[in-house]
Order: sequence, then structure tokens, then C-alpha cells
Amino acid sequence: MDFLTLLQVLDTTIRLATPLLLACLAGLFSERAGIFDIGLEGKMLASAFLTAAVAAASGSVLIGTLAGIGAALALSGVHGLASITFRGNQLISGVAINFLAAGLTVVVAQSWFGQGGRTPQLSGNARFETIDLPLAAEMRDIPILGPIYAELISGHTLLVYVGMLAVPLTWWVLFRTRFGLRLRAVGENPAAVDTAGVSVVGLRFAAVAICGLLTGLAGAYLSTGLQAGFVKDMTAGRGYIALAALIFAKWRPWYALGACLLFGFLQAIALRPDVIEGTLGFEVGVQLLDALPYILTVVILAGFVGRAIPPRAGGEPYVKER
Amino acid sequence: MTDQTPAIELKDISKAFGPVQANKDISIRVMPGTIHGIIGENGAGKSTLMSILYGFYRADSGEVFINGKRTEIPDSQAAIRAGIGMVFQHFKLVQNFTVLENVVLGAEDGRLLRPSLAKARRELKALAEEYELNIDPDARIEDIGVGMQQRVEILKALYRQADILILDEPTGVLTPAEADHLFRILRGLRDQGKTIILITHKLREIMESTDTVSVMRRGEMTATVKTAETSPPELAELMVGRKVLLQVEKPPATPGKTILEVEDLTVVDSKGVERLRGIGLEIRAGEILGVAGVAGNGQSELLEVLGGYRKAKGRIRLNGKEIDLSGSKSNAGTRRKRGIAHVPEDRHHEGLILDFAAWENVAFGYHDKPEFNKGIFMDNAAIKADAAAKMERFDVRPPNPNLAAKNFSGGNQQKIVVAREIERNPDLLLIGQPTRGVDIGAIEFIHEQIVALRDAGKAVLLVSVELDEIMSLSDRIAVMFDGQIMGERLPSETDERELGLLMAGITDTDKPHSEAEIEANLAKKRASAAKEA
Repeated sequence: MDFLTLLQVLDTTIRLATPLLLACLAGLFSERAGIFDIGLEGKMLASAFLTAAVAAASGSVLIGTLAGIGAALALSGVHGLASITFRGNQLISGVAINFLAAGLTVVVAQSWFGQGGRTPQLSGNARFETIDLPLAAEMRDIPILGPIYAELISGHTLLVYVGMLAVPLTWWVLFRTRFGLRLRAVGENPAAVDTAGVSVVGLRFAAVAICGLLTGLAGAYLSTGLQAGFVKDMTAGRGYIALAALIFAKWRPWYALGACLLFGFLQAIALRPDVIEGTLGFEVGVQLLDALPYILTVVILAGFVGRAIPPRAGGEPYVKER
Repeated sequence: MTDQTPAIELKDISKAFGPVQANKDISIRVMPGTIHGIIGENGAGKSTLMSILYGFYRADSGEVFINGKRTEIPDSQAAIRAGIGMVFQHFKLVQNFTVLENVVLGAEDGRLLRPSLAKARRELKALAEEYELNIDPDARIEDIGVGMQQRVEILKALYRQADILILDEPTGVLTPAEADHLFRILRGLRDQGKTIILITHKLREIMESTDTVSVMRRGEMTATVKTAETSPPELAELMVGRKVLLQVEKPPATPGKTILEVEDLTVVDSKGVERLRGIGLEIRAGEILGVAGVAGNGQSELLEVLGGYRKAKGRIRLNGKEIDLSGSKSNAGTRRKRGIAHVPEDRHHEGLILDFAAWENVAFGYHDKPEFNKGIFMDNAAIKADAAAKMERFDVRPPNPNLAAKNFSGGNQQKIVVAREIERNPDLLLIGQPTRGVDIGAIEFIHEQIVALRDAGKAVLLVSVELDEIMSLSDRIAVMFDGQIMGERLPSETDERELGLLMAGITDTDKPHSEAEIEANLAKKRASAAKEA
């Protein structure tokens, strides 16, 4: 495998890791606050659809993205209402959201566009354009660093950079701000937060809202950055993979970046069986390559990668007790 | 009555939960710079009253005055603003946060953490010096002992400028030495002008540390007296509404043949930590062996092994016959068949199924007895009749076997469990924390039953963290620390000080020991014990 091929694979890795990363950080905020969110998948899907639909109608990807975020926020609101206000079961609420999104997106897409549950192909301003960072063209000729900068770092869409910047931002918010301290506390022991005179409900809704915002971005990226339009079930389990990455990352932002890049890498090499064959010297079934991220997910969820301690109050509605 | 303004004055506070009147027209005045005790049985309404004061519940009617000023306390934030701090029975700490982070939580100075943490660090140092509340601000809660955790709770309140400190059953988890230290801290706080309200059901603590005491019974305040002018029997009578025997009356034991022999019992838990380290003991017929110790030193594991739901290494003989400790047949069912009955420490999780009816709970563990079955079907009528009879003999109130277990009070739930186990006439009764969360009247009854079983020539292994209970019931006392038995004593030849030292792992009990030494010894062990919890 030559250097340029490697860069291409890594470039694809970054693009494929971005929706995972945004969803993973979304889950991180929610679960750190004690709200398990199995509905990442559904929220991404809803956002992917509405972003594509509104972008197609308005011709503006930014308006589309706002609509997508709105869709994800609305579903987050449902999840918050069910699990925080009414103290329902968080898994059931999440699963319901996934079903709702899977069905509704296709039905509405068919009703609006009549293209078999797709949205029209997006182009121009209805998609996120790639951004060439300053000096990318000029630096291309510098050995090693030049191509890395020009191929790998430059030339992504806006949301890729947003995703990458969200990692240090998440870390900073969680560990350097008052809000972060309280958010982490409410996922560990909401009674401590409550008796300290801070609203448990308020904090958890804030966390769920951030989760909605980030899944909204993840979904928007899927249908307008990674691809050019919405197709049925286009999340393809990314919400669950993001959850697996979250566990793998032990609910930490920087680890989450690493975990998502790993999953992204597995998805990237699945697209290049020729590279695998060239590197390993024998042919690996495409099916196996395609299945790799999911196999890793199962392995991680089965707990083969060391003990991950979830937030202690995760999944439990808070009931005032003495 | 002085003409001073009370720090706290409650006027006609009432609070009902559905049909239950938890507090009824309660009025109380607490003077500044005093330690005021509130004593009462479980369910008497003490905690409800304090929760109203701390803004956890809202009173249906009545008024609260803080330093003479009428104050609304709709939530905890308002209570904190009014200068009230509360140390709950179950600490409200974030386990994987540091002491500093816990103290700061909710009382940060700005949006960014660093300045808040730096300020808190300085203030903690000052508070530590002022009130003997030394603590490492960077230690994680899960790594420090309960005594320390309690200090963190007190520091949290002081950091929020609390002038009024409410402590709810603060000594339940402490060794006698730690409890002494706590009360010294509280007296120090009082001398600095703080007002302290101490909620407890332990008469001794009231007598030793309070200036005034209020007694509550069934949601009403029955009396408020100066501690110096009352006595434990008088308080007990005020609490229960009738005369109570505070001392267990029991004839001297007449031990017979050896029932239980335990040799070299070792338990390693799933994390590889040794919970029991070579336990050896022996109990004879007609004898109560009390196992004392601070919670988490292996007593629970001992009960679980003997009760059959934890595997172990070592040897146990019952009536001279070996019991399998690690095979597939080593379970609670086979133990019961051999004549070991078990009243587990935690009745909510191990003793009862709370959502099931009382009659079902009374049959558990014995449901395969022939008298409870008709062919392959359970004979529910027979089980119900049996349960009703047992509940009547044990004075379970209400005597309704169809009521779900969760609807009984703590004392009556415990009576259901005790009735189930004792009425089977076992050779050996294992009984853990028999009176935890049980009111005085029921305590008296349960103690009588235990002694009666002993007098019928049975062996009893009693595990309790209440030293008073151990002292008054046991014929012999074994003290556990860190998975080992530190020593055995006769109740007539020992005292609380000696047992307290043994509970802290110090065996040369004749020598004087400093508190620092005891604490250092405890801290070693606590680090691992706290992790487990």
C-alpha cells in the first residue's frame, strides 16, 4: 500500500467516523447525565431525512440542517418527557423512537417526494461543500506533510471539522465548567445534586437537548455531507455503533474520538477490498469486511475489552427520597 | 423560657401523605447554640419534619421561622439560603468525585470550575483547622471510609455557611470511636454558636450529647424536655406510649452440645478480594453467639456462606456432620433442610419479595414442604392458613396475609421474616441485623423471640452493627474486622470501649490507644471496603 492510498483510506476513515463521533458525543452528554439513549439511531435518521427534505425544498443545506436538528431535538424532547418527566423506562422510550423514525421517515418521504421513500438527489448549495483549508494547494508539494495536510486534513465538509472540534469542547465543558461538574454528578448521584439545591430535571433536559443537537448534526452530515440525499435506513446501525464506541471509550470524550476513528477505519477498509488484498496478500471476503464494525460492536458490548463502569445512576429515573 | 430568639421555630406544621398523617400540628423551638435531639420510633415523622425544614417536602400547613423571621422553604436551595444544612442518613455524595468536587457541587462561584475549586480548597483548610474536620480534599469519596464521608457532608453544609445543621441518624454506620469523634465535632460546632438538630432512635446518644430533646410519636410531638431533666426509661415511654423494657431479660445460658463448628472459612469475592480470612467459631445448643463489627468487615459474607448462597473454602459441621460449601448442592434450600434458618440482613432484598403477599412470603423457602402442596399444585389455602396463624402469633399488624409485604411497616415486615424462620424450629438460626429499621416495640418482641429460641435449646448466630443489641442479647461475643475474628469476649467481662477497639482491628485492648491510631488502622481497611460498597 503506497502512501497516497493510505492517505485515501484515512481520509475516508475521517469522513465515516464523523457521524459516529457526533452521535457518540451526543450519547456521552446524555448518558453522563444518567439518561441512557438507545434512540441515537432514530434521531440521526429523523435528522438525516428532514435535513435532506428541507435542503431539497429550500435549496439551502443550512436551512435543511436546522430542520434536521429540530427533528432530532423534538425526538429528544419526547425521550426526555418519557424518561425524565414521567420517569418511564429509558430503553423502551429509545426503542420506540427508533421504530418511529425508521417508519415515519420513509412514509413521509414517499408522501412528499414519491421517489420510493427517498429524497431527491441533492446538489450545489443543498449539500455541504468541501472546505479547502488555507494554503492546502500550495503545501501539496511538501513531502509527507504536504499531502497529509492537503489530502487528509483539508478538503472536508464543515461538519467534519465541527465533529473534530466538538471533542475538545466536550472535554472542556465536562471537566472545566460548573455545568459539566453538575452534569457528571447528576449521572452519578442525582440525590447529591438535588440536595445541593440544583434542579435534576433541568440538568437532565439540558443534557438531552445537547444530545438532540449533536445527533441532529450527525444525521445532517449523513444525508448532505457523506451522501447526497436521504435513503431508507441510511443510518445503518450507526447509532448503535456509536453506543458501542461510547462504552469502548468509557464515556470519555478523547477516548470517544479514538473509538470512533477505529470504527470509521473498519468501515473505510471495507470499501477498499483491493487495498486489503494488496496489503495482506490474500483476498478477504467483502461480506466479512462489511461485517467487521458490527462484529467489533458485539465484542465490545459483550465486555471483552475490559471493564467499563457506566455512570452509576444511568437508566434510573430520579425519585426524591430521604 | 428565655427571651432569646429561637434559631428555628416551627408552628403547627402538618403534612399528610394520602391518608397517612405524617406530621400533625407540630410546634417546636430550638435555641441557637444548642444541640437539640429529636427522638421517635420509625415512622414517627421525624424525617418528614426535617425534610420539610430542608425543603424536600412542603408542609400542608404551618409556619417556619428562622431566627425569628418567617421563612418559606419551597426547595433545598431556599433552605441553604436560610442557613440550613442537612446530613442525610444515606450520604448524598458523588462516589467518583473528589472531596473538593463534592463540597463545591451546587455552590460554585462561577461558570468555570478552577476558581471555585481553588477557593473551596482554601476554605476547607480553614474549616478543618477550626472544627477538627481534617480531610484530604483530593481523596475520592469511594476511597474513604464512612466516617470521613460523613465529615464531607458536614463540610458541605459548613461551606454553604450553614448555621443550623440537621443530622439524620448519623451514627448508624460508625464505630463507637468514630461516633465519639462526631459528637466532639458537634459540640465544637455548638460552642461556636451553631445550632444542631440530631435525629436518632438511640436513647444513649440523646442522653450523652443533646441539650434539649423532643419526642415524636405517630406524627405528633409528645414532649420537649431538657435532657438533663429526663431519663432513658421516661423517653422510651414517651416514644412508645407505654412502658418498655430497655434491657433484654434473659436467664443465664445453659449451653449443650456443639451445634455448629466452623473452621478456617475463607471467601474470595469476584474481584479477588478476600472477604473472610480463616474464620473459626463454634456455637452450642442453647447459646447466642453475637458477631459484632462495623458493617463491611465480612459479617455479611459469613451469613451468606452459612445460609448457603455464597461459595467458600473451609469446613463447617452442623451437629457433627460436614456441610458441603462449594458443590452444586450447596444452596439455601439444602441448608434449610439441614435445619439452618436464616433471617437475612437486608429484608427488602433478601428476606422478602415486597410485591408479593404476606402469605406467599411466609411460605418462601419452605414452599416445597408436603403440607403446602397437593400433588403438583401448591395448596394455597393451607399456606394462607399457616401464614395467618404465624402472623397472629407474632403479632404482625395488620394481621392480613393478603396484603403485599411492602405495605407493612419495617417492624412488621421483619416480624414476617422472623416468624417464617423461627416457627420452623431450626437447630441453628442465623439472624442478621434483626432490628434494623424496626421500632422499639417490635425490637422488644423480636429480642424475646430470639431468647426464647435459645432457651428451647437452639443455637443462634446473631450479626448486628448495634453494639447495644450485641451486648444485651449475646452469651458470647465475637468481633470481626477485615474478614477475621479479632477475639471473643463474654458480655459480662467486656465493655464498649474494648469491643470498639477490636472492631477497629486492635487486639491489645489493655493498652490505651489514641484516636489517631484507631483511625489510621481503620483507614487502611476502609479504602477497600468503601470500594466494594
